[in-house]
Amino acid sequence: MYKSITFALTRTATAADQTGEAVKYIRRTGRSDLSARGEPFLWGLGGALAFGTLMIFGFLALIVWNGLVTFYPKPVQVVALSDGTLLAGEPSRSEVYKPGPQVLEHLDEPARQAIAAEHGYARRTLFRTGNFDLYNEDFRWASDFSIVSVAEPADVYFIERIEWGPFVGFIRSLNLKGETVSGAALSRQIIEEAHRRAVQRRELIREIEREEIGAVNHRLNSERLKLKRIALKQGENSGTYRQAAAESLALQEALQGRYHDLARDAQAVKAEDAQYTVTLAEIGGRGKTIPLSQVVRFTLPNDMSFFEKIRLYLSRWLEFLTDEPREANAEGGVMPALFGTFVMTVLMALAVAPFGVMAALYLREYAKQGKLVSVVRICVNNLAGVPSIVYGVFGLGFFAYICGGTIDRLFFPERLPNPVFGTGGLLWASLTLALLTVPVVIVATEEALAAVPQSMREGSLACGASRWQTIKYIVLPRALPGIMTGLILAMARGAGEVAPLMLVGVVKLAPELPLDGFFPYIHLERSFMHLGFHIFDVGFQSRNSEAGKPMVFVTTLLLISLVAFLNATAIVIRNRLKRRFLIGHF
Amino acid sequence: MEAAKKIDENDHTVYHTVYHIKTTGRGPLIETEHFCLWYGSSQALFDVSMDIELGLVTALIGPSGCGKSTLLRSLNRMNDLIDGLRTRGAVRFDGHDIYDRDTDVIGLRKRMGMVFQKPNPFPMSISENVTYPLKVDGIHDKTVLAETVERALQGAALWEEVKDRLKDNALGLSGGQQQRLCIARAIAADPDVLLMDEPCSALDPIATARIEELINELRGRYTIIIVTHNMQQAARVSDNTAFMYLGRLIEYGETTRIFTTPRSAKTEDYVTGRFG
Repeated sequence: MYKSITFALTRTATAADQTGEAVKYIRRTGRSDLSARGEPFLWGLGGALAFGTLMIFGFLALIVWNGLVTFYPKPVQVVALSDGTLLAGEPSRSEVYKPGPQVLEHLDEPARQAIAAEHGYARRTLFRTGNFDLYNEDFRWASDFSIVSVAEPADVYFIERIEWGPFVGFIRSLNLKGETVSGAALSRQIIEEAHRRAVQRRELIREIEREEIGAVNHRLNSERLKLKRIALKQGENSGTYRQAAAESLALQEALQGRYHDLARDAQAVKAEDAQYTVTLAEIGGRGKTIPLSQVVRFTLPNDMSFFEKIRLYLSRWLEFLTDEPREANAEGGVMPALFGTFVMTVLMALAVAPFGVMAALYLREYAKQGKLVSVVRICVNNLAGVPSIVYGVFGLGFFAYICGGTIDRLFFPERLPNPVFGTGGLLWASLTLALLTVPVVIVATEEALAAVPQSMREGSLACGASRWQTIKYIVLPRALPGIMTGLILAMARGAGEVAPLMLVGVVKLAPELPLDGFFPYIHLERSFMHLGFHIFDVGFQSRNSEAGKPMVFVTTLLLISLVAFLNATAIVIRNRLKRRFLIGHF
Repeated sequence: MEAAKKIDENDHTVYHTVYHIKTTGRGPLIETEHFCLWYGSSQALFDVSMDIELGLVTALIGPSGCGKSTLLRSLNRMNDLIDGLRTRGAVRFDGHDIYDRDTDVIGLRKRMGMVFQKPNPFPMSISENVTYPLKVDGIHDKTVLAETVERALQGAALWEEVKDRLKDNALGLSGGQQQRLCIARAIAADPDVLLMDEPCSALDPIATARIEELINELRGRYTIIIVTHNMQQAARVSDNTAFMYLGRLIEYGETTRIFTTPRSAKTEDYVTGRFG
């Protein structure tokens, strides 16, 4: 085909030549060069896509892998060092480094030569030794040249504790209410049975202190506030106040009595608990006696079958997902943070959806498309680019201090100067994020509305529908999938945002969940925990960032999963809506 | 016959002839009186005066851009959707000027069903499409709705084809069926007038023939105004024909006369296919 075209063009040119006129023809050769075919660009585009995909998948693989292996039990190695000491711990990572001259000086000749052969580099391994209370460090480096031997003894324990991080070492004896069990009598069953009872006691103490005493305190506090409210309203000399005070006094006394009873109960259980201790010994022989109830779990990592390891792995995940954090967030669970993130994101979506959709509806369906509307539209688009911390400052100033302060003055005067709504909290954080994401929703909704064919609107109007009916029956249902897409984007952005939240209500450790058994059950004014902030806190604010590293990965994995879960839910809903519009000829 | 020499706003002298001929209908239902219309600064209709007879089929013909669709959309004020619209003169429907300030536009549209160039069924079930005008009026009585669906679909000659799948999505119908569904929707609330804006231009010849048949069946029950590009169609279905050119009504009269003995040279050129 190319040939025939070339031929035809050539002939025309020849015919023109014969007339003798100096006419220049642009001759098309029927062949295109490389740049015209766009092959290099194709490679460039494909390369860019491949690079982007690679980065995303690499990132996800890193997070998922590190997150998934964190809770899997690792072997504990006992290392004999060349200076005669022993070291026990989980090898966590190894690296190549260049030992300094002072280190080299003290080495024997073969080791020095080996390092010289590697151009002055040596390999070292970081061991998680635990026992922070004894060593003042969680991790220790051991260079390969200083290691004499490595063993994995079956009887070395890895003990997770409520305080001070893990203990690596051996169990010397159990002290069960004066009766000491040690040596051959110290069987696995005895330890586990004693531990099971200790854990029950720990939970009992917790229940008394947190639940029952908490409830008494709550009632005492509300009595006090009720009285103060009456005092503020009617004055302290009024009859109503005196009557209420007298009534309240009796109730308060009863409550105080109940409080003392409960405190005595708790004290009794605690005293009982203190009599059950375990004496541990680290690898060097130094002992440490702790209450049994301080132990989360005993594990023998070098003496576990595969199924035991899987069970331990799953139980650690369960603890992570359902428990509260301990050890300055570096251990334990993230349930409050998970819950806080979830509730905040859902609240944000509930706030941003109607607000953004209504604004977009007016902008697209009702407003006269002129200069003013263009300016508004540009402003909305630019709002999406404002740094999120600015929203945080605004949220704190406007929502917490102005709105919250007013609410406090009007509805909670008895609690002043302690703020209720006048400080950062779940509600203000959700509203701040809603404000942050509302441009996303407006832009997406506007696009979705613009994509509804004009013929649909005309058809509806011609049927005698008003504009509002047209929007309600025709435009909105049709635009809903697009609106959902905007909402998904907003949620994804909101759930991952941390900076503004630090100003409007996220805290390192929230003592109470925003949801509990006291009226009105959902407490939107409370500060809360957030997975994103948790990552920052564990990774960069804890006493030992090395110890927090695995938690950073696990928490990141969890945060990503949560965002993915929220998005997946929204996408499923959107696709259900979309299916209605898929068939059709036009 | 009245010959008029007029000077338009731009001081151009234009010659055109308007023929007002009372046709055999039962009196005018819609009258336009010196109706002018502007989109922003460009004028789309110039001094259009015509009477549309009750119960007859009136065809609006003319080349593209001559203002026939604009005129049709002026009758139920669908042009209101366009920013910068201005009008002068009057359009009287049943004696009331619809461009009066206190006209109830929604009420007006309820008395006029409209069918568009491209079938535009809503993405709902077939029966929901038909009952949409009733839904808008707040009628939820199931028996009324069911009766309306059957009556309107029979009126639009679609009942036999879809009676077993009324709950199916309307977008699953063929183009011709969709257009007949739109006609059913337009007549569901029993309007006085049926406005059709090139209803067959997106359809194949068989579907077109069905629609034309349908228009013949609906004649007498509704006052039908149809915009068409197809002169054969105008000749086949209409009682009266108006020929428009460049925003002006050139000639208006009985269809047979317009096509056999047009009085304006422009009309003759157009209907004989010399231009347009």
